[in-house]
Amino acid sequence: MSVLEIKNISKSFGTLDVIKDISFSVEKGQVVSVIGPSGSGKSTLLRCATMLEKVDSGYIAYGDNIMVSNDAAGRAKYSDKATLNKIKLSTGLIFQNFNLFPHLSVLRNITEAPVCVLKKDKNEARQTALELLDKMGLSDKADSYPCQLSGGQQQRVSIARALALDPEILFFDEPTSALDPELTGEILKVIRTLAEDNMTMVIVTHEMAFARDVSDHVIFMDGGYIVEQGEPNEIINNPSSERMRTFLKRIIEK
Amino acid sequence: MDYSELLKVTGILLQYLLPTLKIFGYTLAFSIPLGMVVAMLKMCRFKPVSWITNIYILIMRGTPLMLQIITIYYAIPMIQTGGSDFFGGLFSGFDTRSDTYQFTALLIAFVLNYAAYFAEIFRGGIEAIAKGQHEAAFTLGFTKTQTFFRIILPQVVKRVLPASSNEVITLVKDTSLANVIAYAEIFRKAKEQMVFYSSLAPLFIAGVFYFVMNAVLTVVFNFIEKKLDYYQ
Repeated sequence: MSVLEIKNISKSFGTLDVIKDISFSVEKGQVVSVIGPSGSGKSTLLRCATMLEKVDSGYIAYGDNIMVSNDAAGRAKYSDKATLNKIKLSTGLIFQNFNLFPHLSVLRNITEAPVCVLKKDKNEARQTALELLDKMGLSDKADSYPCQLSGGQQQRVSIARALALDPEILFFDEPTSALDPELTGEILKVIRTLAEDNMTMVIVTHEMAFARDVSDHVIFMDGGYIVEQGEPNEIINNPSSERMRTFLKRIIEK
Repeated sequence: MDYSELLKVTGILLQYLLPTLKIFGYTLAFSIPLGMVVAMLKMCRFKPVSWITNIYILIMRGTPLMLQIITIYYAIPMIQTGGSDFFGGLFSGFDTRSDTYQFTALLIAFVLNYAAYFAEIFRGGIEAIAKGQHEAAFTLGFTKTQTFFRIILPQVVKRVLPASSNEVITLVKDTSLANVIAYAEIFRKAKEQMVFYSSLAPLFIAGVFYFVMNAVLTVVFNFIEKKLDYYQ
């Protein structure tokens, strides 16, 4: 069974249709990259998948748990609170600008949700957090505050924070876009390590080379539609659509 | 005035420090929580509630506190005797001839007035917290209540502290307005002594009292602001 299954979802803001009839699924351990020009609906897609936005119609399910499906009139109907909560805890989202909690130490940023939401034992949560920080190469930063860290370090903390809930799937919303080019590498390295550990991930990114090297599947979006999807090498090296070719050309020219 | 007289006046004013502090303390204790509630009501998505709250804030901030004190002090007994059954009943709980009525009326005016100011400060502070903080808390599974008390409120406290300390310092000085309904506090006594001795010295001594209280508050607020300096 797919970890994530999305069927025919649509979303509009007022009269602006941002996502139109999008379908795809993510298997366990798969890394899916979503690429495309800005304004193509990539971020909105992630926000819909993580319930930060509500779809107008369509079907989204995580394993057995159905988040939303259409009612008889073809309008989106969300499941009960308990199911949605279960889904929320099985998914993690990494934001472009980290969104760490500035008033909490790095350690508390990571332990707060396990302790308050999952009601985990404080010491146990602390132990997990320290292990995660170690994995992120930040064991010496446990007692620092977010403002004392570089952007790259902050983003690694936010990845640790999401991992602390032991999610089934991680979403990344342009995780390196707010970073200096020289800091981009450290985040990509972390994501690569997660991929090797068989973490299921959906990554919205502008890093073409990274998308090609790390992901098992690439989705190209434009104007709210999925224009092309498939094997990364195939898609990025031999795009079949004119729009994808123009997009890649523009990226390379930069 | 000679030295012993000055000392005597200082002693008298010192006795009325407690009533002044009583207005100050009670007003803070009630107006800060009420201000929080009013801020929530103003941010309410059900528009009529937001509008009514807005009218309350406009009136409280748009008219003098002195006028509000006098109005409330005299309005309650007038409504009780002359008002309709409904409004009379609404205020029947007040015994306007009791010893404590004066202070009760005073407190109602101060709390209603200061809550309006605090509400605007709190609302600004809450709205200034980046949307991303709510979103991060949401995706981590925090409930709305947890998000407010664990993530948003601590950050709001830091943001509203400078503006709130302004209000608190103003409140110390505003307690002197209680003298318009003859409530015996420092300023009222200082005025009496001024007339008695035909000297401005009692007023000057009262001024020193207010100044010292605010100096202490300033030090306390600076200390708290420093304490919260560890982030951003």
